[in-house]
Amino acid sequence: MRIDAENLHYRELNERIRAAFSKNSAEVVVDNVRGQRYIGAGLEGGARIVINGVAGNDLGAFMDGAEVIVNGNAQDGVANTMNAGRIVVHGGAGDILGYSMRGGRLFVRDDVGYRAGIHMKAYEGRFPVVVVGGRAGDYLGEYMAGGVMVVLGRGSHGPTCVGEWVGTGMHGGLLFLRGALEPWQVGAEVGIAEPDDEDWRLLSDILADYYEAMGLEDPGFGRDEFRKVYPQTARPYGTLYAY
Amino acid sequence: MISGLTTDDKEMSGCAISGIMSEVGRPFSGESIIRSIANMHDRSNGLGGGFAAYGIYPDRAEDYALHVMCDHEDGLKAAEAVIADRCVIRHTEPIPTRPMRAIRRRPILSRCFVRMREEELERNYDRTEDDLVVSLVMDVNTHVEGAFVFSSGKNMGVFKGVGYPEDIGRFFRLEEYQGYIWTAHGRFPTNTTGWWGGAHPFGLLDWAVVHNGEISSYGINRRYLANFGYHCTLRTDTEVIAYMFDLLVRVHRLPLRAACTAMAPPFWSQAERLSEDERELVRALRVVYGGALLNGPFSILVGHSGGMVALNDRIKLRPLVAARRGDMLYLASEEAAVREVCRDPERLWNVRGGTPVIGELRGQAKADATPTVLSGGGQEV
Repeated sequence: MRIDAENLHYRELNERIRAAFSKNSAEVVVDNVRGQRYIGAGLEGGARIVINGVAGNDLGAFMDGAEVIVNGNAQDGVANTMNAGRIVVHGGAGDILGYSMRGGRLFVRDDVGYRAGIHMKAYEGRFPVVVVGGRAGDYLGEYMAGGVMVVLGRGSHGPTCVGEWVGTGMHGGLLFLRGALEPWQVGAEVGIAEPDDEDWRLLSDILADYYEAMGLEDPGFGRDEFRKVYPQTARPYGTLYAY
Repeated sequence: MISGLTTDDKEMSGCAISGIMSEVGRPFSGESIIRSIANMHDRSNGLGGGFAAYGIYPDRAEDYALHVMCDHEDGLKAAEAVIADRCVIRHTEPIPTRPMRAIRRRPILSRCFVRMREEELERNYDRTEDDLVVSLVMDVNTHVEGAFVFSSGKNMGVFKGVGYPEDIGRFFRLEEYQGYIWTAHGRFPTNTTGWWGGAHPFGLLDWAVVHNGEISSYGINRRYLANFGYHCTLRTDTEVIAYMFDLLVRVHRLPLRAACTAMAPPFWSQAERLSEDERELVRALRVVYGGALLNGPFSILVGHSGGMVALNDRIKLRPLVAARRGDMLYLASEEAAVREVCRDPERLWNVRGGTPVIGELRGQAKADATPTVLSGGGQEV
């Protein structure tokens, strides 16, 4: 099924997408998308949406198992509170990527904006994974509570793939960042370490999945190219107001 | 004053801003900016929309174009009397509008093209004509009941009101004008009422500011500006940004980039990592212009006759995307609003917090790069 989104308001577009899946379409291709919000919101497993254009804010919000492919860029709030499923962006994305994401996988080819992975969390069987192929802006992993985020810095924008205040308020989960990382770039709540054997197994699995989803050849990044950023305590503010 | 009500369902949102500029000064119609801001319709709620356009009055380019909104005929008469007292009014006319069902309870909208009287300039020999126009605007807006001057630059104009921006644009027939810079705003008022004067852009002389966010330091900025004769009358925080650019750039003659640093400076910890010269400059700007620091979340676009400046708060709490193609610079809250009018930009990027994106009319670029001496600060406007 194919939908032309030209001049279509997001409400109507999303109703049509839902209607297509309720009639057992396995895949919906949406052309000429220009900023329509909430595409794929709440959709369950079995559904696959291909977006040609610029996906609007809160792409895949609360998504629960569906798959979304974006041929183009995405805006702010991709995978907001997403529960399960997969989003693959063949382009870049805006701010607060993976906001409160709690499961599923989110792969981006290029750069992303500020606060990627803010308040991501894992619980029980849920474990969100985000991979950014390019650079990420400041406040990466802010207040992060669980899951894994990887930033590859492909396209060579200098020695580091991230900005400042990385992991500020972070109290769960892990970041794997390729390239240089200075202590002043990270928040007070996190430590920097070399990935250990277990980390490298996890990271290798994630990267294999990422290259496959992106249709990219594995560039063969080595373990020594990555730094691990981890929270030093699960309750950084546990004694802030209570003595 | 005048306020509008909307019957639309409330929706989580923020304001929308968009700006388009030709850096070679090539005029284009208001159609593009209307389409760009309309793309972000859902970021506004119908309680304010507006535009600023540069280069639209080429036949009267030497006159100050005063756009006045009035509650009633008496307000208009009183405002015109104050203006006529100090200015030669070379032409006056209603601002052309078309009937739009969506635009209701509109004020009287008038524009007059003026120059300061010779005797006014002589009496105030130690002030510039621009200074006198600022005083005139302040006097009308603080003392004349039922009248506001909402635009006061040369060869430019602000058009704004209560409604969705695309409706406001059609109401003012902006597709019939030709300008080389256009900025636009769709409002989602959070702290103050939606009324005609409170819509963006906020203009003074040729400055026009559109803003998404809020200025938490409004009280400090407002008091600081009052020292220099600027009086905030429009019941909303954005007003201080327009006056701050006028004070820092026109009156104190700071380069635009330095003015942006004063308003959104690096944190002290970041300044530590700069070169010694840069660190000293940041320190000086923070010390001298502490009252100009804008706190809180914001993305702003500032138009002036020489160009367009975009600035985010230091930690980027509001979205802003920039793009370039040929001589064109595009800035918008969302990428889709750029793509609406430029399908294939050569470069497109997320703007960094506290880092201005500056569009300049070519040839003008050098003037801004010339080192300038900070004035003593006590200058009146």
